[in-house]
Amino acid sequence: MAISPADCDLAVLGAGPAGLAAAVAAANAGVRVSLVDAGPRVGGQFWRHRDGDGGAGHHDWRTLVRLRSGLSRVDLRTDHPVWHVERTDAGFTVHTGRGAFTCRAVVVATGAYDRQLPFPGWTLPGVYTAGGAQALLKGQGVRAGKRVVVGGTGPFLLPVAAGLGAAVVAVAEAGSPAGFTRSPLAVAANAGKLAEGAGYLKTLLRHRIPYRTRTAVIAAHGTDRVEGVTLASLDREWRVVPGSSRELECDAVAVGYGFTPQLEIPLQLGCATTLGADGGLVAVADDQQRASAPGVYLAGEVCGVGGAALSVVEGELAGRHAALTLVGAVPNSVVVARLLRRRKSLRAFASAMHAAHPVRPGWRTWVDDTTQVCRCEEVSAGTVRAAVRELGATDARTVKLLARPGMGLCQGRVCGYATACLVGAEYGREPTASDLAGVASRPIAQPVTLGDLARD
Amino acid sequence: MSGRVKFSFRGKDIVAEAGQSVGAALIAAGHRSWRTTRHEGAPRGIFCGIGVCFDCLVVVNGEPGRRACLTEVRPGDVVEPQEGAGHGDLAC
Repeated sequence: MAISPADCDLAVLGAGPAGLAAAVAAANAGVRVSLVDAGPRVGGQFWRHRDGDGGAGHHDWRTLVRLRSGLSRVDLRTDHPVWHVERTDAGFTVHTGRGAFTCRAVVVATGAYDRQLPFPGWTLPGVYTAGGAQALLKGQGVRAGKRVVVGGTGPFLLPVAAGLGAAVVAVAEAGSPAGFTRSPLAVAANAGKLAEGAGYLKTLLRHRIPYRTRTAVIAAHGTDRVEGVTLASLDREWRVVPGSSRELECDAVAVGYGFTPQLEIPLQLGCATTLGADGGLVAVADDQQRASAPGVYLAGEVCGVGGAALSVVEGELAGRHAALTLVGAVPNSVVVARLLRRRKSLRAFASAMHAAHPVRPGWRTWVDDTTQVCRCEEVSAGTVRAAVRELGATDARTVKLLARPGMGLCQGRVCGYATACLVGAEYGREPTASDLAGVASRPIAQPVTLGDLARD
Repeated sequence: MSGRVKFSFRGKDIVAEAGQSVGAALIAAGHRSWRTTRHEGAPRGIFCGIGVCFDCLVVVNGEPGRRACLTEVRPGDVVEPQEGAGHGDLAC
């Protein structure tokens, strides 16, 4: 069979820090690159902005400017949501909302979104993901509210709270982040990142915003919009300390418990996955950023949540090694060695951060049987538990088929982790990689019209 | 980022900044919800803000199922809340 030439050598999926770095590195080495993103402009979630944005309030904006200026030799396709990548004899066919194109190799740099834990009232309008509040602020110039409670766990809560400034009435960090001093070497090697965190803390101090550790938003209250929250102190396992609950008035809540990598495409292509340092599912990449499936490279949060600086390093490694395979451009070994050292150091820092901000099992006690777990299909925790106790489901995927959590419009992106945790708890275990893969597999990664399906 | 864009929501004019999303413009105008859920009729608005959760679906110029967080406002857009499955016009 004659094999027709591919439309490009390399498709880079996602134009955030990792995808931009991969596209620029590969193009500089002579690869014909198409960089594809669902959004209207490059930058991803980290550098989410509007046209004309000069970078005020953004972190490391000059890296975006540098990478963006390297795109002259890249075929940039914004507003192209990728809904499926198919392996063919000659390589891959990338199906987007604006038609399909072919390539010889792919870099998956699709990033991550907020990981959520359900709590009573979390479906009230005015309750946002931490990333959502940040996207409103950085991408739209709109504050989520006038009295905002920021809650969850992880270092990301700090920039969110600092960005909202005086509008924040409390930051509730469920963990006790002092724990990251357990990895002093990893932390010391990344002093810049620590300084960044200290800068955010200074902003919180300046606005006299209370920052409480071992404290969580365990409920939101209101009728048709959020009017207040219950904050509670937590023990080591995140169970509520009796008598510690107190109510706080607010008009918005921003919550996040880390991030969930967007793995639809790697799972579609059969890439190996494993449990990451944060207890979530990640795709496995080697020292050249290769996935287990041939022709597939991974960069950024898809192979472990670690932030923008790590994503840029991994993107550059992926782009350089893809260039070696595709056009025989041998990467400079000194540069590669430097990138690998940087990757090791940044990954160690990310692991220390994850170790300091684990999701502890006691959150399940905040959730009563009436609390909705699946926001789309409006499935309660009681219904999820009943699917195990009364219908005999043994894993989250079976619960999904029996009780519909994860069957709605978001396809389990929001509730998949929590459902896997709740089902696992019925059997006395934390979610395994296979539990999480069961709720993360989506043959269609983005909504697509029947017309698109028929055309493709 | 200069320029203003006028659109309507529930028949009333709202002025947004050019380039803003429908959802951000509605929040800036004081709205928090513009959709009701299929089963319980519960109010919803923006949750994830980045196109992942589909909570913020809205009807724009007669087309239901648009994600308010991703849809940029255009001058003269007619925006209406989305009730239930968003197929009100197809009922019966």
